[in-house]
Amino acid sequence: MLKPLVEARGLTKKFDDFTAVDEIDFNIQQGEAFGFLGPNGAGKTSTMRMISTVSPITAGHMTVFGLDPTTQGRGIRQRIGVVPQEDNLDLELTVSENLYIYGRYHDMSKAEIKPRIDELLDFAQLTDRRDSQVEPLSGGMKRRLTIARALINEPELVILDEPTTGLDPQARHLLWDRLYRLKQDGATLIITTHYMDEAEQLCDRLVVMDEGKIVAEGSPRQLIEEYAPREVVELRFLDGSKDEAVLKLDGLAARSEILADRVLLYTDSADDTQKGLHSRGINPEQVLVRRSTLEDVFLRLTGRRLID
Amino acid sequence: MTAISRSLRFAESEVIAYRRTWRGTVITSFVNPVLFLVAMGAGLGSLVDSGTGDFAVPYLAFVATGLMAASGMQNGATDGSFPVMAGVLWRKNFFATITTPLSPADIIWGRLIWGAVRLAFVLTIFAVISVLFGAMELGPALVAVLPGILTGLAFTAVVTAWTLTRKDGASLASLFRFAIVPLFLFSGTFFPISQLPDFLQSVAYITPLFHGVELVRKIALPGADSTIVTSLPMWVNVSYLVVMMAIGIYLSVRILDRKIRP
Repeated sequence: MLKPLVEARGLTKKFDDFTAVDEIDFNIQQGEAFGFLGPNGAGKTSTMRMISTVSPITAGHMTVFGLDPTTQGRGIRQRIGVVPQEDNLDLELTVSENLYIYGRYHDMSKAEIKPRIDELLDFAQLTDRRDSQVEPLSGGMKRRLTIARALINEPELVILDEPTTGLDPQARHLLWDRLYRLKQDGATLIITTHYMDEAEQLCDRLVVMDEGKIVAEGSPRQLIEEYAPREVVELRFLDGSKDEAVLKLDGLAARSEILADRVLLYTDSADDTQKGLHSRGINPEQVLVRRSTLEDVFLRLTGRRLID
Repeated sequence: MTAISRSLRFAESEVIAYRRTWRGTVITSFVNPVLFLVAMGAGLGSLVDSGTGDFAVPYLAFVATGLMAASGMQNGATDGSFPVMAGVLWRKNFFATITTPLSPADIIWGRLIWGAVRLAFVLTIFAVISVLFGAMELGPALVAVLPGILTGLAFTAVVTAWTLTRKDGASLASLFRFAIVPLFLFSGTFFPISQLPDFLQSVAYITPLFHGVELVRKIALPGADSTIVTSLPMWVNVSYLVVMMAIGIYLSVRILDRKIRP
């Protein structure tokens, strides 16, 4: 088997007394899209920052391309592209100047950069905004420009921290499409997200993080199969009638989650569960049947929801 | 890439941005020193020269050499404050920069290189204007640019380190109010520090602009005697500014690293 592109053992990040990343182990293989999933504060960003060598490792061991981030950070940064959580495009520069200067930082000559800018503007669908200021661009455009900027040096590894947070659905889908193309072209992707659908769409393999630790690992499908029965019956009740109904749910499903606004019943057969509801005289205001998602996995693993 | 070429790459980005923002810097860089030269040197100077017999040089020349160093300080301090705060807070370009092969040290050095170029440009223009006003001869005026640059860079370095310890831009204005303006007035720019009470004279000795002003006059003001400059050897003035710059650079790199690579 190939040596992993990124290998971490006991990786730890502490800020004073607070432990952001708590002795985690993972391997990321060349060519895969690897996800870090978890709520805000789970330690995803700290992990990304350590991989991209802009945050020193407190303890443990890690290699990226077989290099040591502590002593060979520059060599690593030469070969990666970083898309941070918050766009940090240079607002004093135009769209194409943002790409240009990043190329210069990566030791590219002007002659090398020029065709690369054309390519990337096309990739990011920003060709007609080439000489525009960055400020007036939409959120989706800024995000695509940030991604294009990260690709200027044709990186072998692209690190994306919450690439679609804050974007509208249309912009998200366009971005997913671009990231998909990137993967097709052979880049290794590391993606953090707190969106389950994003992880399901993009990631070959992922780890679920919570409070600085990895609580599960696998492909999206594996995780769902392992931690969440096939189907979910979601029940919503009229005010006040939920508590009474909850008492009668016992045995109807493999597992249930009582949330503030609804009840989730995890089951291998939604039909049987629905019949059971009926025969027990439980009449929710609304019943929704859906397939299990990574969101359900997360709920199962941590007892909490991802966002809110 | 060598450290120098990395710093130059960073300076290049500042040059590109400057092409769009230079207009905002014209007043402090060029207009203010010239206004002081006219008001103090030519206006007040005519009074001074007619009043005292024992001042060894024309007052206009005295003020022009003082302003060369003071303008270096003014520009250098400005360069170490607002653009640095922008890099970590408003424009945030320092954060984006360090995800590339560039490091915090490359940013600090790149800023200083670009700062030196701008100081050279601004101070050369001031030198030429001083010549046109008859305050200096062309040769000494151009030579005086060098200690002006050194003074400016010493301020850029130290002010950069200080700025990086501030949480927001609010305190930057107080730097100018409580440090730069007093230095401007009491470091011998407009009158020899021998005119100050003894206590303030010893304070002036330990302040940086005094050494910049002295250095410019010792190099570029012919006829400067003990009424104009002190007997401190020039190497003391130079060492003061070089050490100040070195400490500033060291602290800037350290503080910036902690700030943007937590």
